[in-house]
Amino acid sequence: MDTSKGNGHGASSNGEIRVGVYVCHCGTNIAATVDVAEVVRFAEGLPNVAVAKDYQFMCSEPGQELIQQDITEHKLNRVVVAACSPLMHEPTFRRACAEAGLNPFLFQMANIREQCSWVTTDKPRATEKAKHIVRAAVSRVALHAELQVREVPVNERVLIIGGGIAGIEAALQIADAGKPVILVEREPSIGGRMATFDKTFPTLDCAACILTPKMVSAGQHRNIDIRSYAEVASVSGHVGQFQVSIRRNRRYVDDKKCNGCGLCYQECPAIVSPKSRKVSIEGQPYFVGSYAEGGEARKVTIRQGDRERRKPIKDTPTGDCIFCGKCATACSEVVGAHAIVLRRDESAEAGKQRSLEFNGNCIGCGACVRECPTGALTVTDAQDRQVLHHEMMLGPNKAIRVPTLQAVPNVPFIDEETCIHFRNGGCGHCAEVCPQEAISYDMEEAIEEVEVGSILVATGFDTIDLAPMVQYGWGRYDNVISGLEFEILCHASGSTGGKILKADGTPPKSVAILHCIGSRDEHYHEHCSRVCCMYSLKFAHLVREKVECDVYEFYIDIRAGGKGYEEFYKRLMREDVTFIRGKAAEVTNWPMSPEEEGKLVVKAEDTLLGQIRRVPVDMVILSPALQAREGAQTLAQTLGIGCGGEGFFLERHPKLAPVQTAADGVYVAGACQSPKDIPDSVAQGAAAAANILSLIDKGTFSIEPVVAVIDETLCGGCRTCINMCPYSALSADEERNVAVCESALCKGCGTCVATCPAGAIQQQGYTDAQIRAELEGALGRLAASSAE
Amino acid sequence: MSASADFEPTIIGFLCRWCSYTGADLAGTSRVKYPPNMIPLKVMCSGRVDPSLVLKALADGADGVLILGCHPGDCHYHEGNHKTMRRVPMLKSVLQQYGIDPARVRLEWVSASEGDRFAEVVHDFTEEIRALGPQKRVESVA
Ligand SMILES: Cc1cc2nc3c(=O)[nH]c(=O)nc-3n(C[C@H](O)[C@H](O)[C@H](O)COP(=O)(O)OP(=O)(O)OC[C@H]3O[C@@H](n4cnc5c(N)ncnc54)[C@H](O)[C@@H]3O)c2cc1C
Ligand code: SF4
Ligand code: SF4
Ligand code: FES
Repeated sequence: MDTSKGNGHGASSNGEIRVGVYVCHCGTNIAATVDVAEVVRFAEGLPNVAVAKDYQFMCSEPGQELIQQDITEHKLNRVVVAACSPLMHEPTFRRACAEAGLNPFLFQMANIREQCSWVTTDKPRATEKAKHIVRAAVSRVALHAELQVREVPVNERVLIIGGGIAGIEAALQIADAGKPVILVEREPSIGGRMATFDKTFPTLDCAACILTPKMVSAGQHRNIDIRSYAEVASVSGHVGQFQVSIRRNRRYVDDKKCNGCGLCYQECPAIVSPKSRKVSIEGQPYFVGSYAEGGEARKVTIRQGDRERRKPIKDTPTGDCIFCGKCATACSEVVGAHAIVLRRDESAEAGKQRSLEFNGNCIGCGACVRECPTGALTVTDAQDRQVLHHEMMLGPNKAIRVPTLQAVPNVPFIDEETCIHFRNGGCGHCAEVCPQEAISYDMEEAIEEVEVGSILVATGFDTIDLAPMVQYGWGRYDNVISGLEFEILCHASGSTGGKILKADGTPPKSVAILHCIGSRDEHYHEHCSRVCCMYSLKFAHLVREKVECDVYEFYIDIRAGGKGYEEFYKRLMREDVTFIRGKAAEVTNWPMSPEEEGKLVVKAEDTLLGQIRRVPVDMVILSPALQAREGAQTLAQTLGIGCGGEGFFLERHPKLAPVQTAADGVYVAGACQSPKDIPDSVAQGAAAAANILSLIDKGTFSIEPVVAVIDETLCGGCRTCINMCPYSALSADEERNVAVCESALCKGCGTCVATCPAGAIQQQGYTDAQIRAELEGALGRLAASSAE
Repeated sequence: MSASADFEPTIIGFLCRWCSYTGADLAGTSRVKYPPNMIPLKVMCSGRVDPSLVLKALADGADGVLILGCHPGDCHYHEGNHKTMRRVPMLKSVLQQYGIDPARVRLEWVSASEGDRFAEVVHDFTEEIRALGPQKRVESVA
């Protein structure tokens, strides 16, 4: 919109206000309920009105020309259009005014369609209401002042927060257009959730095959700078010019030196453990408890005694100690814990004199287990849920590791909780073997400051915490697993090599998949998580593809809205999957009949049969609700955007501005905005990229002048307003003892205006005087005065 | 005028531009019907509604004032509506001192997707004000 033009009519030479009022029929949309001619007659009699007309479609070209002609002919310096909602056509008419040389802010729209003609059938009263609305607009517009849209320059650099599929897609699009991107990813590698999937619905194409090339392109692109294992610490500034500080976590591996050879994780002796572990020799535990918090080390001694001397067995470990002493060496020389001592009793008969003492110094790192050639030493990460929970990861299970072997950047990180060096200062193996000398144990957190012009948030989703939902048995029963766990179980580089196994290592004979865990449930989330039905169907297919087994789907409704989705559902119905329409109420291991013995029992009300069913199965997969990322609220605050009721980031408009946000220059894409599948996440990533590129291409951003202005002669310096501003746009000028407003930061909410006890702050476009005039018009004072 | 069955109250609605105004538009696009007694005024945020504007509306002849904003947590400006939430009870106590029934001012949350709810709220409030009868003009308050 060109606002530089102005015919100087703002207040005409003699100060006379000349308003033109245009009442739209909108076909019959308005005219059927509002007597348009009557409203025009009424408007003609209002103060300051120079001309009032009606027209079939004001927004049409002839309609706009009508206004433009009158601006010249009747020397109008104010325009009111009574038509649809300003959210619809205010920009249209403002532009028309500007083209005719009238400052576009000397225009006011009266909404007599959405909020009048469409909401009542009573013609006389609708006409009456329309008159009030028009009178309010006429009264207000007289006090409008010329305002200028401000233009701020836009920095080309783009910040993308979150390197899932949505963020990657956007980064590639923007970078391909030649614009620089900084991609900040919290995890050590980009890829997001999709990087943990084996296959994707509905096409069942391998996730890695379609994702890895994109990850690699992003990693190699000269316009993309990836900052992985990093987070956005703070953001200041505004559209076009944001200052961002990025906190880079301690990775202990220098990403500039590391070449990704992987020697470090091959050599690292420390095995990743979850909370609680047991390290044993021939079944006798000598370390029990939480590795991270230090467990209890017991004294254990085993003697060679009367055992026969055995040879080390290389291929099939026997589980018996052969007193080779490798563990003791590892413990002393590598770990530095000196917890294992190999002794010889010189007095004893040859061949029977050795003993192994575990002296209570064990730190539980598990390094010895790796060295043991016979399997006599074992480490079990003694969560209830063995196969499935421990090593629930795709990359190497070492203290230094990459999250997957396809990681981008392919730079390992050290997990301090598991690393022996960070436990007792020992080890240091990885630094020794690293050919690039990339590893340094005293790396510090670093803060990097960058300047960008726009920001895209693509931080994805979390799934609901299943631990408190005790009725489903997750965390209590080994063979109840979550959807994301199933993805890893099924993944070729997962802990079972892609085999579907129960905790005891045998394949299940029956599997139940429970939909809507925490979704569409007033106790948890009201929303539908949108992807669960489809991935549950995918799971059924994958289970049946890999093991001979019965599969039951417990669902409320199957929601298969998407290209090829219904077809996929049909296909599964042909694949002999049993669909039970009923939401599972609980999973127990209490048998009530012989066939339930040793099984997990899923209880549900089958709403098609109208009866309660108990289905005994070997394994249960829960499909948990997608919810907003932990910390989304904090990030939203950092960025000045909003979160909806369910915690997902709020778009500017649910239909018409789905990737923009309330904050200019800040965009959202992917599952952080609402639960979404991959195609939709990619589409949004690309849409956000297009939005951002158009902003960059334009080079400047126009800021609406609806901002707060402070009349310093009235401001008493009380500072009441300063804390009221959600955008820190207000500050105190200590010297002059007045409040000042940084208009580039002000978003024009008007909270400060309503707060200022001195009435010193006014909001352009919504001044007290304007609103008061509008009120008077709405309530009829104006009519009274015109009659005078 | 005296309170009677055919008394048609005049109501002023302050609608925040982001949620409630959009919700009101949605009621329109969905052709939901509600009584035409309320004249809507668009403000950027419910936080802009200075109590003196409400007093002025009552002084100028409104029988009731409805302030509509985004649901708590959804305010386009983070927490403008929290400020409104704190302001309205204070305003109501002032009204009482002027001898105006505090029920004549109501704060409600209507989101952009709640066209039905918008209509319901307006309907409800209109009926409540109708029952209260016309507001005596209090010239001096604003
Ligand atoms: C079990 C399961 C199976 C699924 N199967 C399929 C399927 O087969 N087909 C399909 O189409 N969809 C599937 N989906 C949906 C799919 O996961 C999502 O559509 C997709 O992951 C959304 O991508 P995204 O980039 O928006 O988010 P994500 O994949 O969640 O990626 C977000 C990224 O942002 C990073 N991040 C988060 N917070 C921050 C922060 N503060 N700072 C920096 N970085 C941050 C995260 O580490 C992550 O890398 C499945 C979902 C589930 C739960
Ligand atoms: S120092 Fe830590 S990370 Fe490196 S090899 Fe040893 S245990 Fe592994
Ligand atoms: S109008 Fe709102 S954003 Fe602008 S200075 Fe006042 S409180 Fe801050
Ligand atoms: S923007 Fe709606 S209440 Fe603040």
